Amino acid sequence: MEALERMEHYRSLFRQSYDDAGAFPSWFGRLRESAIESFTRLGFPAPGSEEWKYTSVDPIASVPFVHANGEGKAVTGDIFAAAFVDEACARLVFVNGAYSARLSSLSELPAGVRVAGLRAALAANDPVLEMRLGRAARFREQPFVALNTALMEDGAVVLVPEGCRMAAPIYLVFVSLAQEQPLQSQPRNLVVLGAGSEAAIVECYVGIEAGNYFTNAVTELFAAEDAVVDYYRIQREAARGFHVGALEARLSDRCSLTAHAITLGGSLVRNDLRVVLDGEGAECVLNGLYLADGDRHVDNHTEIEHAKPRTRSLELYKGVLSGSARGVFNGKIIVHKDAQKTDARQTNKNLLLSDRAVANSKPQLEIYADDVKCSHGSTIGQLDRDALFYLRSRGLAPDDARSLLSYAFARDVVGRVKIPALKERLDDYLAICFDRKREPGR
Amino acid sequence: MLEIKNLRVKVGEKEILRGINLTVAAGEVHAIMGPNGSGKSTLAHVLAGRENYQVTAGEVRYNGKDLLAMSPEQRARDGVFLAFQYPVEIPGVSTTYFLKAALNAVRKHRGQEELDAMDFLTLIKEKINLVEMDQVLINRPLNEGFSGGEKKRNEILQMAVLDPRLAILDETDSGLDIDALRIVAGGVNALRRPDRSMLVITHYQRLLNYIVPDFIHVLFDGRIVKSGAKELALELESKGYDWLKSPAAGLS
Repeated sequence: MEALERMEHYRSLFRQSYDDAGAFPSWFGRLRESAIESFTRLGFPAPGSEEWKYTSVDPIASVPFVHANGEGKAVTGDIFAAAFVDEACARLVFVNGAYSARLSSLSELPAGVRVAGLRAALAANDPVLEMRLGRAARFREQPFVALNTALMEDGAVVLVPEGCRMAAPIYLVFVSLAQEQPLQSQPRNLVVLGAGSEAAIVECYVGIEAGNYFTNAVTELFAAEDAVVDYYRIQREAARGFHVGALEARLSDRCSLTAHAITLGGSLVRNDLRVVLDGEGAECVLNGLYLADGDRHVDNHTEIEHAKPRTRSLELYKGVLSGSARGVFNGKIIVHKDAQKTDARQTNKNLLLSDRAVANSKPQLEIYADDVKCSHGSTIGQLDRDALFYLRSRGLAPDDARSLLSYAFARDVVGRVKIPALKERLDDYLAICFDRKREPGR
Repeated sequence: MLEIKNLRVKVGEKEILRGINLTVAAGEVHAIMGPNGSGKSTLAHVLAGRENYQVTAGEVRYNGKDLLAMSPEQRARDGVFLAFQYPVEIPGVSTTYFLKAALNAVRKHRGQEELDAMDFLTLIKEKINLVEMDQVLINRPLNEGFSGGEKKRNEILQMAVLDPRLAILDETDSGLDIDALRIVAGGVNALRRPDRSMLVITHYQRLLNYIVPDFIHVLFDGRIVKSGAKELALELESKGYDWLKSPAAGLS
């Protein structure tokens, strides 16, 4: 498709879904209209633009993806194993972008916690939606956020009331099933945490079957004072799936967010995680892991804004790249003028397991305050020779030593997962990836 | 057990070992002392099979076999163990995980059955007492954030589990305070056996108060310039190394 044709394609998708959207409140329609205007103005990111330096979205833009028409083929329970979901916990499941009541389970929720599909929440016109939706996500500046906002119809809404400490995580599962025509879905999630609440939210994106499709997901997360959030974004799209995802989080005073972004699948992937530390003493920890082989391309952008004093951020992103895969890390840290006593630490480590694999790592610090501690470090390299020798000197064969070290490199991030059942499932997955035996008690 | 004959080793263009001769019988503990840069650690690493060292002359026999022809993992499986001066940190896997993989590689080679998680746990619990190590430590990422003493105890724990025939302790006392030194040495002493030999490499005589060797050799400038019984350590303690540095001393 030519550039104009591409835009027209998405405008026509917008009109289609807009016509169908009679049941949605009028403010929602206005938000979407404003977003399609932004998308029309912004267009797909141009090749070589600063924010998309190493990633061409041409493969995405050139395919006329369409909306899914219903669930299509029945999804079986196996999907939960593939998506690392603990079936004992509450979950919302979406198939090709649409909420599936059949696969979801909300019986385990504590009183006062509201969890629903966005479509249903809009039908009830919950006032929190109008107040929050589109307020953290930058649909006027980010092309894919604009596209998502223009085309959003469904997704997860999670509202945790003040002081509620949830014992168990909530899983949000997004399943893509390939159909005859390449499909697109635009999941839109909203998570709002009341003051002093505690919650763990696990988003899992999973693709079944080999076809080409496009998932463009956006999550907005708002946390009031003293909230503690454990947030996961686990992406295991199918081999030919395209995935673009954004988290836009806004934290108030003394909030603590731990975000884990684990990218295991997809052929062309872009993740944007943005956290605004918008309250004194707020802190975030970002843990990222990306594994890519073959000719897969994974681009991670993170942006942490220290907007208030005494905010802290700690970021660790690790990539394992083999074949002729490419991994990109761009970590921006912005410290506002008033954000004195900021403490920001960023580390990116890339392990290249083949000569053809490529990593691009770019820290970007913009510091406007003078009393701050900021550090960043980045490495790109092969397995450490000293470590290989150490393992061999204990009796491990070279292949075994390499596999153990690669596994350890990746597990360093998975080891930080706080939900035991999820950690175990991810651990099992890594053990298979790196040809390790499954071991209890690692 | 171990027979080193006229071993000469280069790193790049520089000759570090210039004709080492040393014989260690089963059950003996030999200490190798010497000033910095004398070649002590090079000798340890060459025996363990480290790359980047070029053996230009001589041979090493280990239980009659040509040790230098063996890969590092073959040596380990055949019972050679090196306790590192600077143990490597491996974030992401615990000591337990790593050591079980190592032990099973060794057991497989010896024709023994691999240990399952339960059996291994029983074994390691027994061995950590030897080095008075906190059990929490062995489930933490290998050596990551360990103190110097904890790392060295971990090395001795690995030695206890892997059950070697020839243990080479490379500056195991470096960076240890007196309490840690006593514990580490106690672990080593408990592992002394008639069928196990040890090469204890150290800069200081201090360690030899705790691990009493059968023989002491002084390495200087790539050669063993003096050998003697354990009393030699005391002589070195009072006189330092300088008196051995004249060429004639080596002949005495």
